[in-house]
Amino acid sequence: MSRRPVLHSASSDLPVLMAPRGLPHRAPVHERFTGLPMVRLEARHGLGLLLLFLVASGVAQAQVPPENPSIIASVIRWAPLLLSGFVFNLAISFIAMAGGTIVGAFLGIAQISLLPPVRKGSWFATQFFRNAPWLVLLFFVMFLLPFQFRIGGFTIPFPDWVKATLGLALPVMANVSEIVRGAIQSIPSGQWEASESLAFTRRQTLWMIILPQCIKRMMPPWMNLYSILTMGTVLASVVGVNEMLTLTQQALAAENRAALLVPFYAFDLVVFFIYCYPIARSTVYLERRYAVKI
Amino acid sequence: MSQSPATNEFQSTVWTEDQPIVSVRDVHKSFGSLEVLKGISLDVMKREVICVIGPSGSGKSTFIRCINALTTIDQGSIKVKGQEVHDPKLDRLELRKKVGIVFQQFNLFPHKTALQNVMMAPIHVLKQDKKEVEGRAYQLLKKVRLEGKEHAYPGELSGGQQQRVAIARSLAMNPDIMLFDEVTSALDPETVKEVLLTINQLVEDGMTCILVTHEMGFAREVADHIYFTDRGVIVEHGPPATFFKEAKDPRTKEFLSQIL
Amino acid sequence: MEALYHWCRRLYDDTAINYTICYDPFDRARMAHGILTTIELAATCLVFSVIIGVVGAWLQGSRFVWTKRIVQGYIQFFRNTPPLVQLYFFYFALGNLMPRSTNAYGFQEPMLDNFDWAVIALSFFAGAFNVEIFRSGIEAVPTATVEAAEALGYSRLKAYMHIVLPLAFRVALPALNNNLVNLIKTTTIAYAIAVPEMLYVSNQIWSDNVNVPEMMIFLLLAYVGLVALLVWGMHRWEHAMRIPGYGGGT
Repeated sequence: MSRRPVLHSASSDLPVLMAPRGLPHRAPVHERFTGLPMVRLEARHGLGLLLLFLVASGVAQAQVPPENPSIIASVIRWAPLLLSGFVFNLAISFIAMAGGTIVGAFLGIAQISLLPPVRKGSWFATQFFRNAPWLVLLFFVMFLLPFQFRIGGFTIPFPDWVKATLGLALPVMANVSEIVRGAIQSIPSGQWEASESLAFTRRQTLWMIILPQCIKRMMPPWMNLYSILTMGTVLASVVGVNEMLTLTQQALAAENRAALLVPFYAFDLVVFFIYCYPIARSTVYLERRYAVKI
Repeated sequence: MSQSPATNEFQSTVWTEDQPIVSVRDVHKSFGSLEVLKGISLDVMKREVICVIGPSGSGKSTFIRCINALTTIDQGSIKVKGQEVHDPKLDRLELRKKVGIVFQQFNLFPHKTALQNVMMAPIHVLKQDKKEVEGRAYQLLKKVRLEGKEHAYPGELSGGQQQRVAIARSLAMNPDIMLFDEVTSALDPETVKEVLLTINQLVEDGMTCILVTHEMGFAREVADHIYFTDRGVIVEHGPPATFFKEAKDPRTKEFLSQIL
Repeated sequence: MEALYHWCRRLYDDTAINYTICYDPFDRARMAHGILTTIELAATCLVFSVIIGVVGAWLQGSRFVWTKRIVQGYIQFFRNTPPLVQLYFFYFALGNLMPRSTNAYGFQEPMLDNFDWAVIALSFFAGAFNVEIFRSGIEAVPTATVEAAEALGYSRLKAYMHIVLPLAFRVALPALNNNLVNLIKTTTIAYAIAVPEMLYVSNQIWSDNVNVPEMMIFLLLAYVGLVALLVWGMHRWEHAMRIPGYGGGT
């Protein structure tokens, strides 16, 4: 959407404005591609969350009359259900990511097409789905798709969670499209020229020269997108899919004890953290390795 | 478009050694409102080596890129072995089999080894046999004195080594003409020599070469003919012996006095 | 306007495309209120998040280790957890702990309403990113420039206000731009705690009129329009603040 301006002049000897120093760390390369914030987790965040969970449980415990079951016991009792909800979150994130990536990759390539209608159309689709709020897209798919399809004599059910997955795949698609376009355009034009001078066709150049070089650049933003998507799957609770946050609310309603609110939500945060942590770490690792290479 | 309409059709199909291998007539090129080439004409015979020199921004690089259609021209004619380059129906594959180019920035494919860089185009574009191409690629890398570096990635090679891989990569297409676009400008002074040595070797083998260069000593040594361009026109030209001693135009004199 | 209302009614009669928000005064008022709520929510959060960003970036440059650590902890928490869970955390968990006041009718009511909680949650969420954005902007200003200012007798605060911030702001603008777009999109989660913003109102309207497709298309266009407006405005601003000789233009 916006390009980072180069505020440091190469021709000037006087450093009026330096390149933002922390750039590879603070504002990674791929934020230029997607505009999505980067998820950065460290081990101590997990400890912090765990601490929050324990302190909250402790505080809550102090308010509980001794004859009631303890807070920790309640959390443990509900944990299997909540975790089964989390598996659902994961399923949604996998499928949405896979579908969004495949369609998004082609959309991204279409964005550099030489045919103006293809180029403009795919640009518009990308911008549209990138700038529409995820929740609105989710509603869009939820309400506009039927709950089942009829093809010939067969009835194919179309449950809520499939629709939610589709709804989340749309922004993923648009963001992948932008990642692909950004990566292709970040390859120096000399690569295109060299290939052209060696008589490669445009298609050959794209598939054999340009895209293989893009993979490395696309990995960190793609993985970051996945982290954001995983956190975004809780939005499905708003439209009534039985994922972790929905089940948390149901469990809280069943228990009907205000003291459980903070521990339960803290438990959710910890679970999400444990899953997102390795992904976020390897994203940072790849990001750094890429930054050093160039 | 052509000097003699009667022979035009004949010329475009059959080229003989007594005709210029590259023939440039009145080429104009603008980028927006900026006219970079304002009527360039020159001829290059087979086995001839010409050098184009001139101050930065005089249109040298644009000119050399026009010869293999990396840049289109607005007006005029460029013929390579009788084939018109300035033609919408141009068979680019045919042209680029004849004309190789080496760039200032090397432009090697960073995800492929030196050997793979050399092998890619013959295999995928010319559809030649892989085994055969591989043998030839080893020979070419040996020729540019990069024996033992076949499996290194461009990132592991010095600038001079990368540039020699780029030369080998172009040679793998078996071109009749080689274009060199300021190939030593991005190199450290100590590696310039090894690249120039490689080019010299090509010249001795009888390759037709067009060089854009700032290396005056080298130009004097290898060139059969030197063209001095400034602001989109050829100001003066001649064989190196006379060109460097008896420059007449004040612009040429000023340029040479600054550089020599 | 009357012509438009009339046209929408005709549209409904002829094609069954039902835009009640156009011809029905009640729905029109509801939607107008919804749009205003979204804009108010976004604008308020925008202002607060920028303030949080500037102050946070200033605090991160502090000499005290614990100030830095607290700011860092704040950033990490809000960056790395789902904003929807943050909102629930604020609204349900913290909202429960807040004291209640008695209103004029003698009813108990919470000190902060849903809108306030949405503003708090979203401002802290977007603010966490703004701190880092401003911080990297500030780091782009060479120490030599700050030293030059101090040599001219500027205090640390004055140098920050008059020299560092104006330069840092220019560096930070594109990233800030992205973050504010994200903020507008994130305002939709206020739906989850029943703030009557655009998405919530639309939901009410399509429940009453069964015109889901129409409202969906309207919603998408409205949000994309809002974002486009912000992007356009920010680009204009970016352009106006461009320093000759640096970036873009050439």
